[in-house]
Amino acid sequence: MSLRVTQPGVLSLLQDRGRFGRHRLGLTNGGPLDPTAFSWNNRLLQNPPGATCIEISFGGLQLEATAETYICLTGARMSLTVNGSERPGWEVLRVGEGDSIALGFAESGCRAYLGVAGGFDIAPSFGSTATVAREHVGGLRGEKLQAGDELPCRPVTRHRRLYLPEPQRPRYHDSATLRVIPGYQERHFSRLQQRRLYSHTYRVSQQSDRMGYRLEGPAIECGIEGILSEGICHGAIQVPPDGQPIVLLNDRQTIGGYPKIGSALSLDCAQLAQLGPGASVYFTPISQHTAHNALHLAAHYIDATNLAERAG
Amino acid sequence: MELHVAGENALILYLGKETSPAVSARVQAAAGAAEIALGEDLIDLVPSYASLLVIYDALRTDHLSVGRRLRESMATLDAPATGEGRTVTLPVYYDPEVGADLEPLAQSKGLSVDEVIALHSGCEYRVYAIGFAPGFAYLGEVDERIAAPRLATPRQRVPRGAVAIADRQTAIYPAPSPGGWNLIGRCPVRMFDPGAEPPMPVAVGDRVRFEAIGRARFLALGGEV
Repeated sequence: MSLRVTQPGVLSLLQDRGRFGRHRLGLTNGGPLDPTAFSWNNRLLQNPPGATCIEISFGGLQLEATAETYICLTGARMSLTVNGSERPGWEVLRVGEGDSIALGFAESGCRAYLGVAGGFDIAPSFGSTATVAREHVGGLRGEKLQAGDELPCRPVTRHRRLYLPEPQRPRYHDSATLRVIPGYQERHFSRLQQRRLYSHTYRVSQQSDRMGYRLEGPAIECGIEGILSEGICHGAIQVPPDGQPIVLLNDRQTIGGYPKIGSALSLDCAQLAQLGPGASVYFTPISQHTAHNALHLAAHYIDATNLAERAG
Repeated sequence: MELHVAGENALILYLGKETSPAVSARVQAAAGAAEIALGEDLIDLVPSYASLLVIYDALRTDHLSVGRRLRESMATLDAPATGEGRTVTLPVYYDPEVGADLEPLAQSKGLSVDEVIALHSGCEYRVYAIGFAPGFAYLGEVDERIAAPRLATPRQRVPRGAVAIADRQTAIYPAPSPGGWNLIGRCPVRMFDPGAEPPMPVAVGDRVRFEAIGRARFLALGGEV
């Protein structure tokens, strides 16, 4: 069976947790921009933690089920209807053969995840199903979803109807604070320049996408102009000569020659990627110890939170 | 050697300050040592001109342990030979038909087209880094007499196989993409083939020679003009 795409929406991509261990071929990670919402999706569906979901940016996706199965929508708030009647997010829902599933447009946040019981059954390329359109790798054809695409999954007639109670769900605001682990060329940014970054408001620019979020605000000057190209990790904050920071995300190039002042915590990059142009961004420095603890706590929270269940 | 924090699960090792075969060989040796030292805790490595980015699993280990293991393994690293790695010969059809910047480049350097070709194909290059796009290998160093800056306005589309120069680097475009390098020829060998094993004919640390070929051979090898 499958879910058939009837309307692909603005940007809908098949994603698993990402492609790792292939940077030496120049392949980037891909994967969910908001791994928190992605992980909740697979937990609610009792799927393996990295099972393939659809990442829907901004909304508009419509699907038709070709057999009975169970789906779940997490992440940005988007209206969800099945055969025209409103259904809740953050909850496992039954869909039957011929049912049409339609998403509206994001009301808060901008990335939502639609998963299916067992995950979509997609052949991995380079060890992952993550779609990176720039590299033409992953997904069905290395591209975003199109009308007529068949997304294979298995028929399921019984499934626990788990949901995440409202108070436990992530909130999507119109600003984000990025905790920054200072590093890379940090020492080439003067104390004044560092203070400038950590004490001003930046705004998300129009040129923000899966490669990176460009921010606009007081220009940061670096004592050096360029560096020998070197590896760029997820969340790295690159400062090109115009002084406007770019937070590099899942589809970033793997090497680059602009100085970097440090890297944002992945948990906060997930919040950043839920923001649209014009939203406010703040930076605050943290130690690597604090970052390490935050990652463990977040992983534990998703694993250990009790889910609620609907009868039947 | 210097070790710096890069991110929540990444450290970066600097093994020199300049582009040279000796530094590149150290990076290669460090990559091999890091793989052994970190084992299952390693997620990915990005070797580049003079650095090695080490990405580890922060839910299995931490920066203190990774830093200690990297320092220990680097302390016992032997001075590697620069001649290690393979030498790969890649055929190139150098002609204005497929190298729009070949004649302008020759003219601006006061050379003939044949001299530019002889200089480009007359030396051995080293793969210093792979990035920008899958399979895009940065080769160095190009003879100073034909080094040329990037175009002021990048092209919207550079075809697959385009052989190009930017400053003292040269590369072969693995897939059609926008690009600002000076195009001097075309290579019929695919630099990135997802269906092949290995998907790339070269790896960081390998050496590359270019062999000038004619139009007929280029087409026979599967090249497209």
